[in-house]
Amino acid sequence: MSEAVREAKQKGRPEFRNIGITDITGKYRMPPSAIVSILHRISGAGLFLALPFLLYLFQQSLLSESSFGYFAGIVSHPLAKLVLLGLSWAYLHHFVAGIRHLFMDNHFALDKDAAQSTARWVLIISLALTLLVGLKLFGVF
Amino acid sequence: MATKNNIGPRRLVVGAHYGVKDWLAQRITAIVMAIYTVILLVSFLTGQNFTYEGWAGLFAAQWFKLFSLVTFLGLYYHAWVGIRDIWMDYVKSAGLRLFLMLATIFWLLACAAWTVQILWSV
Repeated sequence: MSEAVREAKQKGRPEFRNIGITDITGKYRMPPSAIVSILHRISGAGLFLALPFLLYLFQQSLLSESSFGYFAGIVSHPLAKLVLLGLSWAYLHHFVAGIRHLFMDNHFALDKDAAQSTARWVLIISLALTLLVGLKLFGVF
Repeated sequence: MATKNNIGPRRLVVGAHYGVKDWLAQRITAIVMAIYTVILLVSFLTGQNFTYEGWAGLFAAQWFKLFSLVTFLGLYYHAWVGIRDIWMDYVKSAGLRLFLMLATIFWLLACAAWTVQILWSV
């Protein structure tokens, strides 16, 4: 860092050293891109952990007519629907944020403003898609 | 440049391309999964009367079985890269990290075998 930058310390700006999780969650004001990034990681990890549950449901849905009935029974429970809605959001967020990633890999929307704007859109589109899945899941259409 | 320095004591100790391979694999598997996702999402949102015949009928076709298998295998490779990144970022102890990585590999291999069983039970 050059001397000029070091000496021109911004007044009133908080300074973070040895940052921990409480600084990140409590004190930082995370920009949309940071929120999308950490949610991308959390949703991916959550989906990985949910694999046995999802594969089990997948198996029951395909094995036979009677196991399909069993599957339909589990899935029709409101609590199961809520869990599935949560996992749907995780999947759709990961999906939409991943598409943003692929565009950025190809040098689209890399500057600061564009990156924040696309991050906001990722949050909006994934929530909208989740809402759509939720309405279908709870039998609205 | 890399080929010149690849042998002997003066070889390049960084840039062995391990990262690039996984990075690229994660992107390619992502594209396959994205296409699969769009197909399933559209059929879920536009479908009426969700029945066993319709659902199993979709998976009964050989091309869809194979497409599903390729997508799921891609998913497991994709998950391996992502979960490995998480272990590398947060787990400082080398022994624990190795254990978690091996557990992830074995678990994903088991998932792959389970997926074959599920798909070919239809």
